[in-house]
Amino acid sequence: MKETTNEGMPTASAALRRKSRWFMAGALVIAAAAFLVITLGGISKNLVYYWTPTDLHAAGDKAYGATIRLGGMVAPHSVQGRNGASGLEFDVKDATGIVHVKSSGVPPQMFRENIGVVVEGTMTRAGYFQCNRLMVSHNNEYRAPKAGHAIDKKELQKLMRSTEGLKD
Amino acid sequence: MIPTLGRFLILASVLVATTGAFIAYAAGSKRSPEGLRWSQRFAYLFAALMLAATGVMEYALITHDFSVEYVSHVGSTQVPLWVTIVSLWSSLEGSILFWGFILGIYIAATTWINRNDHQEYMPYAIGTWLSVGAFFSFLIAGPANPFLTVANPPLDGPGPNPLLQNHLLMIIHPPMLYLGYVGMTIPFGFAIAALLRGRLGQSFLRPLRASLLLPWVFLTIAIMLGGWWAYEVLGWGGYWAWDPVENASLLPWLTATAALHSAIVMERRGVLKGWTVTLVQASFLLTILGTFMTRSGVFNSVHSFTQSSIGPTILIFLAAVLVFSVVLLSFRIDSLEADGKLDSAVSREGMFLVNNLFFVVLTFTVLVGTCFPLIVEAVKGKQMSVGRPYFDAMVVPVGTALLFLIGVGPALPWGKASKKEILRALLPPLITGAIVMAIGLALGVRNVWTVLTLLFGGYAAHVTMAQMWLPFRQRVKRGDAIGPALVDAQLRRGRRRFGGYIVHAGAVIVFVAIAVSSTMRTQQEVTLTRGQSTTFAGYTVTYTGSEERAEPHRQSTIARFNLSKNGAQVTTMEPRMNQYAAMREPIGTPAVYSTITGDYYISIMNLQGDQAGVLIINMPMVGWIWGSVIMMGIGGLIALIPSRRRAYVVSPVPAEAAGDEVPA
Repeated sequence: MKETTNEGMPTASAALRRKSRWFMAGALVIAAAAFLVITLGGISKNLVYYWTPTDLHAAGDKAYGATIRLGGMVAPHSVQGRNGASGLEFDVKDATGIVHVKSSGVPPQMFRENIGVVVEGTMTRAGYFQCNRLMVSHNNEYRAPKAGHAIDKKELQKLMRSTEGLKD
Repeated sequence: MIPTLGRFLILASVLVATTGAFIAYAAGSKRSPEGLRWSQRFAYLFAALMLAATGVMEYALITHDFSVEYVSHVGSTQVPLWVTIVSLWSSLEGSILFWGFILGIYIAATTWINRNDHQEYMPYAIGTWLSVGAFFSFLIAGPANPFLTVANPPLDGPGPNPLLQNHLLMIIHPPMLYLGYVGMTIPFGFAIAALLRGRLGQSFLRPLRASLLLPWVFLTIAIMLGGWWAYEVLGWGGYWAWDPVENASLLPWLTATAALHSAIVMERRGVLKGWTVTLVQASFLLTILGTFMTRSGVFNSVHSFTQSSIGPTILIFLAAVLVFSVVLLSFRIDSLEADGKLDSAVSREGMFLVNNLFFVVLTFTVLVGTCFPLIVEAVKGKQMSVGRPYFDAMVVPVGTALLFLIGVGPALPWGKASKKEILRALLPPLITGAIVMAIGLALGVRNVWTVLTLLFGGYAAHVTMAQMWLPFRQRVKRGDAIGPALVDAQLRRGRRRFGGYIVHAGAVIVFVAIAVSSTMRTQQEVTLTRGQSTTFAGYTVTYTGSEERAEPHRQSTIARFNLSKNGAQVTTMEPRMNQYAAMREPIGTPAVYSTITGDYYISIMNLQGDQAGVLIINMPMVGWIWGSVIMMGIGGLIALIPSRRRAYVVSPVPAEAAGDEVPA
């Protein structure tokens, strides 16, 4: 293959090349736009919302069927069916909201009342949150919160974003 | 003492990199050989300073000098020596220093290898590398300084993040990732040099491609190691979750892979020069974007252990490099263009174009999915993420098409293909594909995409194997002795081609293994009392009890499970819970029993008294992924070894299979 430096004379062929380049650029822009529409459409259908119980109530009908990571504290005296093979139920609450959660899996070691948790799943029309993934907040300097004390919101947000404990 | 020395070395490296970059660019525009020699000296000096600074930090770590701030953050006298040594990259400041260290090695080595070659490009390349070096030295000197002094040194430190201490893969994964990430600076420098010089000659392709292939090999291995680590440590039995940090490592890999392919078309047909340069620039930009995403704390992720205030600085650098690249490209892309032209779409180069298109589509898909939540949060203040189905919906079909392409491109001739040639090339391998598919169906594969993957996988494997051994077969047919023919065709003259097809063979297995392991996986969550058994996926699991074990840096609870099949004892599995001093929640280590057909995976969810809540997963073929990615890396290295003779030597063998050529 020869090495050429493009010092040839810009003639009719150069003009033609420029024209075809504009055509190429136009085609590229259209293709990119189409691609963007497809991907953004795909994204809007597959969003995972990071909500607190209050956010969830505020979302209304949008919560049904949507994938939600709900972060909050396990309400005291709400845990039922601790050792059953299937069926763990508890309430997740924040300062102003409370959501009833049903989970079928085995909870993680640290799971207990008054601890920050993130549950992933969706809201059902029957009025409870069906959880298919349960994670416990693990702050390095974690102290068991006093009754009524707010949990570390930052830590919860961090957990909401992590993929640890993900189950397909 | 140590902090002062470290700070001095870093400040000196900022000075050296900045001065060296100016000298190199000046030498480039004045075409001064003397200037080039000086810029080479500055490149070596920069590397030496980075080496020294890293050595000082390692010394401080090993001697537990807690007057150094970084050591007081990640050091501990309680952890084993290997943990202390790898603490260098366990937190932000040290990892940026480690970055500078690797950049120094890359710059010095590339400068040395090309010390007498490519004189017209090298000054600009060295200037670009040293500019990047200056930026990272500045990061180390300012926003991420590990050498700050602690006024009242503590007696002991907390040690590095427990998740990093939990598995030996953490020794090897970050260095591999950094070797891949940082290495993308080198081809970027070459690409900028070609643009500034306004030409990209045939001889300059070699250093450009080699410098792209080496970090590609490291990045390939690193991505796999990251997945393997997640699989072995996190306990959810998966290796990929489209986590932002995982995506950050995948993005430059996608563009680099595309660039490696378009560089071949550039070499054979003299076209796609501007496009290849664009892909190389994109790869570098994506590594910087990846650094921003993983190091700035905008994403919190399992893989992201460090976060701080360096985000804005990196973002400014990213913007500057982006503007510089785009402006330079738009002014100079014309001067690079075409020595040749494309004849036909149905040809090998046509398939290269389709390949590039697919890789770009994948890059944008992942990029959009990764950055979308960031943009939404910045604009609307709402937090969300993009779920797995979005990525799968796009990546699965495009990936399957790419697998098909592995079997099409190499089978087609360069230039123009006749209908007869096409049919003759494409039909016989289809039979192999059908056989593989039939075996899969007989074994119970029902997922449509997995069935397609098996069909295309068998097909691509046939084509890859046929092409891999083609030069050897031609030489034997010609009457050469088998031994010399083998060495000459596969290892001496045809090394690049051979290496390329090994990469393809590995990739085919990876595709199949990913499809099978993700769609054929089964799992069960169960709580077992001591002595109790459960039967799952052909094995009977019996919980036989647990035991406590104290180690210097952690307390472990080890649960024992007996694994038997049809009444016969198979093995004992010991998943554990590790309790580190610095962390409240224990971290599990799952136990994996691997066989050639797949893995049996037990992860403890919780242990209470006599009861163990466990997650049992049966995952076929998953081990094949790790093995064949390593095979891809080896193939890349084989292709990388420079041939002593120029591979263009005319040989009596048809040019098609003569050697210096890499598959589509």
